[in-house]
Amino acid sequence: MSEQNNREVLLSLKNVEISFDNGGKQKFKAVQDANFDIYKGETFALVGESGSGKTTIGRAIMRINELSAGEITFEGKRISGKLSKQEDTQVIRNIQMIFQDPAASLNERATIEYIISEGLYNFHLYQNEEDRIAKVDRALEEVGLLPEHKSRYPHEFSGGQRQRVGIARALIMEPKLVVADEPISALDVSIRAQVLNLMNKLKNEKSLTYLFIAHDLSVVRFIADRIAVIHLGRIVEIAETEELFAYPLHPYTVSLLSAVPMPDPIIEKQREPIVYADATEEKTGPDYAMREIRPEHYVYCTPEQAKRYAELAGQ
Amino acid sequence: MSEIIISAKDIEVQFRVRENYLTAIRKVSLDLYTGETFAIVGESGSGKSVFTKTFTGMLESNGKITNGSIMYHGQDLTKLKTEKEWASIRGVKIATVFQDPMTSLNPIRTIGSQITEVIEKHQKLSKSEAKAQAISIMGRVGIPNAAERFDNYPFQYSGGMRQRIVIAIALSCHPEILICDEPTTALDVTIQAQIIKLIKDLQKELGFTTIYITHDLGVVANVADRVGVMYGGQIIEYGTVNEIFYDPQHPYTWALLSALPQLGVKGEDLYYITGTPPSLFNKIDGDAFAPRNPKALKIDFAKEPPFFKVSDTHYAKTWLLDPRAPKVEKPAAIQNLHEKIARMTSKGGAFHVRTE
Repeated sequence: MSEQNNREVLLSLKNVEISFDNGGKQKFKAVQDANFDIYKGETFALVGESGSGKTTIGRAIMRINELSAGEITFEGKRISGKLSKQEDTQVIRNIQMIFQDPAASLNERATIEYIISEGLYNFHLYQNEEDRIAKVDRALEEVGLLPEHKSRYPHEFSGGQRQRVGIARALIMEPKLVVADEPISALDVSIRAQVLNLMNKLKNEKSLTYLFIAHDLSVVRFIADRIAVIHLGRIVEIAETEELFAYPLHPYTVSLLSAVPMPDPIIEKQREPIVYADATEEKTGPDYAMREIRPEHYVYCTPEQAKRYAELAGQ
Repeated sequence: MSEIIISAKDIEVQFRVRENYLTAIRKVSLDLYTGETFAIVGESGSGKSVFTKTFTGMLESNGKITNGSIMYHGQDLTKLKTEKEWASIRGVKIATVFQDPMTSLNPIRTIGSQITEVIEKHQKLSKSEAKAQAISIMGRVGIPNAAERFDNYPFQYSGGMRQRIVIAIALSCHPEILICDEPTTALDVTIQAQIIKLIKDLQKELGFTTIYITHDLGVVANVADRVGVMYGGQIIEYGTVNEIFYDPQHPYTWALLSALPQLGVKGEDLYYITGTPPSLFNKIDGDAFAPRNPKALKIDFAKEPPFFKVSDTHYAKTWLLDPRAPKVEKPAAIQNLHEKIARMTSKGGAFHVRTE
C-alpha cells in the first residue's frame, strides 16, 4: 500500500477533550484525550457504539462542537478554537461532511440544483451562472447522476440516489477531507454497495481522504485502511484494518468483533458473542496510555497489560 | 417436520394511495411450522412488514387484503374485521416486536404500567397479581432489579433494555407466534447479540413460533431455521437456512448475497444491483426482478415463473429451474460461501477468540 511509504499527515487530533454542560452542575466528558493522525489519501474509520463519542469527534472536526481541551490541526494549521472568518471559510471548503440519513439531510423543498449549489452560493465560488451550472453538472456526473436530475426534488429519488446527492453536495466544494458519518447505515444492502464503490472511486480519482464514522465492522473492514475503536469517549485501539481483525487486543475490540453476525449459517449457529464485562465502566487510571504493542498497532492499557497483549499477539 | 400452525394462501394486499392502487403483496403463500424460526429477508419496500401485518390485522387504514386466506386454528384471519374480533388474536396468540423500542413504548407512562396493562386486559388477574407477573417477566427478559425498575419511565432505560421490555410485553400473554419486525436494527451490535440470544432462549423455553423480519443476512444466518426471500411483493425463494445461503437458486437471492460487504475484495468494486425495485403501482409482467437481472431470459419479461421444486424444503420462483432453461451458474462471488467466510473468520476474523 502506497500510504505506508509516503505518509503525509492531513488531520491531527491532539489530546482532544469534548465536554457538554449538563445544566451547569456537572460536566459530561463525551470524548477524552483523543489522539490520532489521519494520513492524506487514506480512509480512517472511527468505530464504536452509540454514545461512544464517534460522531462528537466528527462534529468537532467540522467545528460544530467546541473542544474543552486539546487541539485539532489540518495540514499543520490549528482549526479548533477561534479562527478568523477567512480561516473558517477555508476549513469549510477543505472539510466536508456526508450524513447518515439522506432523506433528512436534504432540504425537501429545494431542487437538486439548489442543494448542490448551496455551498457555491454561500462562498461565491463561481464566476458566473454558466460556471456554476457546469460545476453542478460535473458533480452530478461524478456521483453517477444525470444533468437532467438538477430540476428534481429529493423525494423523487431512491435512498441510494439521495445519498449520491449528499456526496455531490460535499464534492462540489472540492474538499480534501470528507467526514462521512454513518453514510450507508440507512441504506439497503445493494445500495450500500453502490455508495461504497462510489466513495472508493472518488477517493482514487480525487485523492480524497475520508474519516469514516461507523458501527458496522463488516463494512469498515471493506473500506477502511486504518481503524480506531472508541468506547465511552476513549479511543481504546488503533491499527491497520487487517492487523486489527487479525490481532484484536483490547477486550472491548474483541467483544465488538465477536458480536458482528456473519452471513454464514454454519458459523453463526456456533458463534458465542464475547461480552465485555466492563461495558459500562471506563477502565482508566494514571498507568493507562496508548501503547504500541505491534508496529503501528496501539492499545489503551497499562504497562503490564501491554506486556500481556504483546505475548498474546506473538502467539 | 412438525405441524403447520398458520397457513397463508395467495395473500394479496392493496393500498389506496390518492386515486391509485398499489399492490404491496402479490399472492404470497406461506406455511409456518410450530416452533420454527422463519426469517423473511428483503430490501425496504419488498413487502416483508406489510405481509406479516396481515397476521395481526394491523394494516394501515388505506390498505386491505384483496385476496387469499390466512388459516389459523381453523379460523380465516382475513375475515376478521373489527377490533373486537381481533382482540382474542392480536397480542394474545400472535404478538409483534417492532424495530424501534422508543416509539413502541409510551414515553409518559411507567414501564410497569405498560406491561400490566396488557396482562390485565387479556388475563383476568387482580392488580397485584398482574404486577407480580409483570415483575417476573421483566426478570425473565434480563432486567436487573426488576421490582425496583417497575416504576421507571422508558427514558430511564437504555435502548437495549427498552427492547427487552417490548419483548416482555409481547410475551406477557404467552403468544403462540411472535413476529419480530427488525427487532435489533436500531440497536448496537453488542446489544443486538444479546437481544437475539434472548429471543432464542425464550423461544426454547416457551416454545413459540417466530417470524423474523430483517434485511441483515448475518442475523438471518444466526436465527433462522428457514428463510423466505421477498422481492417486489412476493416470496421468490424459500428453503432451509443452509439451502438459501449455500445453494441459492433465484438470481435475486444471488444478487443479495453477492452484495455482502464481507465478500468484498479490497481495492475492487463490490457487487451491486443495478436499477431500482419495480413500482408496485403498475402491473408487473413476468419475473419482477428481470429488468435488473443482466442475465434475464426472454420469458422472464413475459410470463411470471411458478415455484420450481429444488428439494422437499426448497422452492424458487425462477425460470432458470425450468428444464428447458439454459444452464446459468450462480455468480463466482457466492460460490463456496462457507469456505470464504470461514477463511475470513478463522485467522483474524470476527471470531478470532483469545483466552486470557
